[in-house]
Amino acid sequence: MTAKVTLQDVERVAELANLELTRDETEGMLHDLDAILNYVDQLGELDTGSVAPLAQISELAGVGGRSSLRDDIVRPSLDRSVVMPEAPETDQVFFKVPKVIER
Amino acid sequence: MPSETSTTKSYVEKPKTLDEMRRGIASGQVKAAEIAAEYYERIARLNPSLNVYLSLTKERALEQASKVDAAAARGDSLGPLAGIPVGIKDVLIMCGAPSTAGSKILKGYHPPYDATVVARLESAGAVLLGKLNCDEFAMGSSNENSAYGPVRNPVDIDRVPGGSSGGSAAAVAANMAVATLGSDTGGSIRQPASFCGVVGVMPTYGRVSRYGLIAFASSLDRIGPFAANVRDAATLLGVIAGHDVNDATCSSAPVPDYIAESDKAVEALRIGVPAEYFGEGLDPEVRERIETGIDSLREAGCTVKPISLPHTRYAIPTYYLVATAEASANLARFDGVRYGYRSPSSATLSDMYRHSRDEGFGAEVKRRILLGTYALSAGYYDAYYLKAQKVRRLLADEFLRAFADVDAIVTPTAPTPAFKLGEKTGDPLAMYLADIYTVTASLAGICGVTVPCGETKAGLPVGMQILGAHLDEAIAFRVARAVEAAQS
Repeated sequence: MTAKVTLQDVERVAELANLELTRDETEGMLHDLDAILNYVDQLGELDTGSVAPLAQISELAGVGGRSSLRDDIVRPSLDRSVVMPEAPETDQVFFKVPKVIER
Repeated sequence: MPSETSTTKSYVEKPKTLDEMRRGIASGQVKAAEIAAEYYERIARLNPSLNVYLSLTKERALEQASKVDAAAARGDSLGPLAGIPVGIKDVLIMCGAPSTAGSKILKGYHPPYDATVVARLESAGAVLLGKLNCDEFAMGSSNENSAYGPVRNPVDIDRVPGGSSGGSAAAVAANMAVATLGSDTGGSIRQPASFCGVVGVMPTYGRVSRYGLIAFASSLDRIGPFAANVRDAATLLGVIAGHDVNDATCSSAPVPDYIAESDKAVEALRIGVPAEYFGEGLDPEVRERIETGIDSLREAGCTVKPISLPHTRYAIPTYYLVATAEASANLARFDGVRYGYRSPSSATLSDMYRHSRDEGFGAEVKRRILLGTYALSAGYYDAYYLKAQKVRRLLADEFLRAFADVDAIVTPTAPTPAFKLGEKTGDPLAMYLADIYTVTASLAGICGVTVPCGETKAGLPVGMQILGAHLDEAIAFRVARAVEAAQS
């Protein structure tokens, strides 16, 4: 089995996914991703040149029923007073996060 | 309720049927509030050993039970689930109740609204007992990925209950609820139902609204019921199925009377048996039980036809690319800003995201996010994600062609009975193969019911999977009833 993934690949993908991995975690993930990607390589055996990708089941005949789009009518949404208490840090109006802009 | 004996099956107990229980409540013979109290007593007794419930919603349950009792006392007509104790997988939200999805990152989260299925169950009279343990974000096949410890299989507590809806399956097997809801993305209802010896239903994609389901892979996720018998599972699906304006992927197709449909005879139905589901890797005892089950369908008057679904072996690699890609997008919302866990000490916003996600997510969730991000990243998208979507089309087309010739397809639900705790935790790929017979139907969007079909010599349950075409749950229920009838 040839190595498909490098340590740098795992670090790059972790950065894209906003995950911070320890050195040990990175090495474990390198091993696992490599094994999984080698396994999925068997899809290459199939000629899919003329096959359209299937992204959503509801496009298959009859599954969706009639159009599920609803009328665009303004209706009440969740009240801020029930949503804000779930946030780790707020002033009850805005979510608070560590400083983003330096000045 | 009878007390447990000291045999290996000490935790298994069959709940009363919905009809029996409803009749008792409607006639005033027994109060819904008493039933709820009995269930809470049993939960308090068994939960320390089985770890099935993560939290209880006692106040809300008892309030609902007294409403049902008051309605029964007035002689009002009662809903189809009046007074029935039901458990909810912790990936479904209930207003004000903890909803962790089995993850540390949602510890302490109290959602501000009800999932559509939760609201529909309650409108039908169900008494919702609490939230059920599961693999973190429904990612797993053994329940060992829960941040709150694994669920034990009530049949044998050294074995896994299956996953990801392990708590939902175990709760019904141990009579810690009469019925439960779970979610199924690649087998997460059917495989644990099979491991615990109960009925589990994966409805057609779009049949049940997912408003209020914590998303894993949006093109695959379904919500469905677990029950001790097929008729009760059909009753629950009838309650939760149908159009919902809050979920644009939810089908507006009419909902049939599943109970009446499941009562129909199976005579003259054409049953397909795909050779690819009986090959290498299938436990010989499981094969034997399933073949006996197929014989019973033949005896009931079905025509059994061998069929071939040659692309089946590509389903697992396709599934793990599609599901992880979607998961990586869905789980981007957990960032420590609006809800859930935030790492306490971070100087910058970017550090806060990273630390919160690193400390909040478990290893399998990180593994899948990384794999999905990789499959979607520049330079790899065509080779992995797009390729998988194309193979997905081949797999769906193959089922559509098969259903032109047969009414239902039967297979084993899982290649083996429940395995031991810890047996597969070191090898993610081996764990993924536990879903080998369930993922293809997930990718194709068709429906499937698993029904108990005997047990191994060691007493471990075996499940038969009955697949129906899109929106044809009725046929799957009918066939499942026939298999169930042959067991008794």
